[in-house]
Amino acid sequence: MSADVAAGPLPALAALFAELSMLAIGGANALVPEMQRRVAAQGWMGPSEFAALFALAQAAPGPNMLVVTLVGWRAAGWSGAAVATGAFIVPSGILTYAVSRLWHRFREARWRRVVQTGLTPVTVGLVMAAGVLLCQAAATDAGTLLVSLATAVLMLATRLHPLWLLAAGGALGAAGLL
Amino acid sequence: MPDDSSESSLSAPPRLGALFGNFFMVGVLGFGGVLPLARRMIVEQRRWLSPAEFNDVLSLCQFLPGANIVNVSVSLGGRWHGPLGALAAIAGLLAAPIGIVIALGAVYLRYRDVAPVAHGFAGLAAAASGLVLATALRIASPLRTRPRAMLVAAVALGALALLRLPMLPVLLVLVPASIALNRREA
Repeated sequence: MSADVAAGPLPALAALFAELSMLAIGGANALVPEMQRRVAAQGWMGPSEFAALFALAQAAPGPNMLVVTLVGWRAAGWSGAAVATGAFIVPSGILTYAVSRLWHRFREARWRRVVQTGLTPVTVGLVMAAGVLLCQAAATDAGTLLVSLATAVLMLATRLHPLWLLAAGGALGAAGLL
Repeated sequence: MPDDSSESSLSAPPRLGALFGNFFMVGVLGFGGVLPLARRMIVEQRRWLSPAEFNDVLSLCQFLPGANIVNVSVSLGGRWHGPLGALAAIAGLLAAPIGIVIALGAVYLRYRDVAPVAHGFAGLAAAASGLVLATALRIASPLRTRPRAMLVAAVALGALALLRLPMLPVLLVLVPASIALNRREA
């Protein structure tokens, strides 16, 4: 790979994930629809590969935001992983660092509760959209759709650790049952 | 009970090494979501914060952009040791998971044409999408009695999942609208 090609996607990765970093209100899951759309538009991967990498980030230990690292790695190897991760962490990290120091003062302020109350329903909608899009990408037939819905029901109705549910889905697939 | 830690029984703030080491363990062991484990470590095991202080930090971090748990580590590391503390906490949290997730990604890319591996990842992805659906329903349930909040959530869902609109314009319209619609309920 020439240096030219290697440097190709890095600026685009940095710009995309720095922007997503500042949009990620409500955590990494809320970002999934936008990330899936933008990553496909760049030609880095389609929705089903994105869904598989997101699943990896969920199954592996650590925060789900590591799907960002995987997208960068897939687009441009190790330097892509480093650039995407850094670009995603640094802008929101600096903001958090700065705001944390002021926050205590406004703890009881009414405007803060008003903003929080208004943000929550938007976040709920974003995470629902993430679930629907991931489901569309991952549930490609009756078997996988059943796994997706059964996982959601078991997660809501039982106290099973999510890792067991992920392992069950992977095992059913690997055994050729899906 | 570990959860009753009052202000008086809190430990001294951690040194840099302990900050890195404890967040490292949370990262390594944090399968399927790190936040519950981080709370247990910070509030119940190490007693660096009271439950109320932790909720205060968490609500700030949910309100700011970025991954919630990453923001929590930056906020606490920064509170105790300035920029170095923020770096120590975030490096501890992410070091091992980044290596592990890339190793798994390499396995996926190399063997995804092998049928059992491909089907295994398909099943894994289906289950992962179910987990996100369940999370959405769980955080939506407190909104059940608030029709205006449900409306906002439904519009966000439709705009992003059905119409596939870009997120920034959707947020620029919906966030102010939602704040205006829901302000009486705050």
